[in-house]
Amino acid sequence: MLTILFDGVAYGMLLFVLAIGLCVTLGLMNFINLAHGAFAMAGGYLTIVMMNRYGVSFYWSLPAAFVFSAILGAVLEHTLYVHLYTKSHLDQVLFSIGLVFMATAIVDYFMGANQQTINLPSSLEGRVDFLGASIGVYRIFTIVLCGLLTIGLQFVLSKTRFGSRLRAAVDDGRVARGMGIDVTKIFALTFAVGSGLAGLGGALSTGIISMDPTFPLKYMIYFLIVISVGGATTITGPFFASLLLGVADVAGKYYMPAVGGFIIYTIMVAVLILRPQGLFTRASR
Amino acid sequence: MSMAPHSKLDGEAGARLLAKAQWRWYEVLFWLAAISLYFVFGDFIPGIPTKLMLLSEIVSLGLLALSIDLVLGYAGIVTLGQGAFFGLGAYVAGVMAKAGMGVFPLSDPLLGLLAAAAVCGIAGFLTSFLVLRGSDLTRLMVTLGVALILAELANQMRWLTGGADGLQGVTSSPILGQWDFDLWGRTAYLYSLAVLFVCFWLSRRIVHSTFGLSLKAIKGNALRARAIGVPVNARLIAIYALAAAIAGVAGALLAQTTQSASPDMIAFHRSADALLILVFGGAGYLYGGLIGAVLFRVMQDVIGAFTLQYWQFWLGLVLVLLVLFVRGGVIGLLEGWWNRMTRTGDAP
Repeated sequence: MLTILFDGVAYGMLLFVLAIGLCVTLGLMNFINLAHGAFAMAGGYLTIVMMNRYGVSFYWSLPAAFVFSAILGAVLEHTLYVHLYTKSHLDQVLFSIGLVFMATAIVDYFMGANQQTINLPSSLEGRVDFLGASIGVYRIFTIVLCGLLTIGLQFVLSKTRFGSRLRAAVDDGRVARGMGIDVTKIFALTFAVGSGLAGLGGALSTGIISMDPTFPLKYMIYFLIVISVGGATTITGPFFASLLLGVADVAGKYYMPAVGGFIIYTIMVAVLILRPQGLFTRASR
Repeated sequence: MSMAPHSKLDGEAGARLLAKAQWRWYEVLFWLAAISLYFVFGDFIPGIPTKLMLLSEIVSLGLLALSIDLVLGYAGIVTLGQGAFFGLGAYVAGVMAKAGMGVFPLSDPLLGLLAAAAVCGIAGFLTSFLVLRGSDLTRLMVTLGVALILAELANQMRWLTGGADGLQGVTSSPILGQWDFDLWGRTAYLYSLAVLFVCFWLSRRIVHSTFGLSLKAIKGNALRARAIGVPVNARLIAIYALAAAIAGVAGALLAQTTQSASPDMIAFHRSADALLILVFGGAGYLYGGLIGAVLFRVMQDVIGAFTLQYWQFWLGLVLVLLVLFVRGGVIGLLEGWWNRMTRTGDAP
């Protein structure tokens, strides 16, 4: 029981790190980027390549995945995405689905279609007993790391100058622009950091869920659920939504494997109907 | 909730509507070409391999794209879940035909189509209320969510749908008791084409009616449309349910002509492919989906011949380029050329 709760929380934390970039870019630019998972996949595969082919330590692979995905995100934002902010949502959806298809095929070409995993360093393997439940060390590592990241993000958002500019831009981009805030630059930076976080999340996921080229499509729906349940205006909303989703998914698959798949979709549709703005947002803004 | 269009429209507006509803020469040409494919690829000419099964599949895909065109191209609803109705229709027709063991009442293909249309129309009506709310993103996710739930249902209800293996051996009785489905797909193609034409004709009537005009108004600006007295929600519900029924017919067609129904027919990529087909061909012309379906499958065959595995890459590339550089898909391109050709010399 406690093990499942712990696994669910770890999974939820991971989802949060994976999805938070998408939440911010969606809230900031009203831009639907279904290709967000592709950046996570880039980070995940970079980790696999670094560890399995070049024997780099796992601990070095994580920041590398962050930097790699962030640069990738920045480059794509500057060259491609920037043309799409003014286009319709349909165009954005099609464009990003096109990117997902391309990313899937590229990874398939270079890495093969089979699932790939990494061997965790011995310090992260094994389990410990905690209040009578046995919990994987890697789960604890994930929770701690993602927890620290969340606290860091929250700090940056609420306490720094950049954070207040970002919040202003999310709340009302036009007025923020009028106040002399360079929303475009903020957006580019946020996009890069969000992609980087997705890459880091992807790298972390290689230890829990294996990587294969369909990763972006498979997890796209999870990201969308996080956003629809959590709302795209804060980071606490998506955070709790991710935890809820992680626990519900793990518990659902464990206790009711037959209907496990329905639960999360049904929750999403129900939330969208009852609270179109998200479960954890103020009713109106 | 009345969806009956005001039948009388006098004066200039009515005349314009009538003029737009006229069949053009290139439309007649299009349908003649579609029929002529039957003779070219129907194993009548020695040396040309029969491709009628592929063509029937294209027809079914085109019909699915046409149903999306009604929702997206005319009413402006972004949907990623039209595959749900396609799959539902396929399963309805498949289960019925299988239960009927290939004899008349249950296995009759036309009754199968009607049943699929009815079930999907009702499903569309019920889910349309979810789609009315919220922004593009909400609609996208709700339609996607409904499609995923249905796909999961099809996967789990093994006793009815055959689970992951799908339904095999869906045999239909002869069409109208006369024409049996043959090995070469001759009956299948003509049958599909006839069904496509009926659905197309219906859609064409609808978009050229005052009802269709009001949809365009809603797409342009829902707020203003409401202000001039268009019952926005009722219109959206009506078109969404109708498009769902047409998508169901498309799915039923595929199930009947391939004699099987599988979870693949209801999967996410079905919805995505159909959306791509429509955008590739050009949304808002009715023909976009049909032309897109032909190009899509031909492209898939040609590219797939040398890189079967990586054709997704080229598909993605085409999509990205399309969004960045081309408005209105293939038909939009042709229209642009046509306009430039005919307007040479004129001052703009």
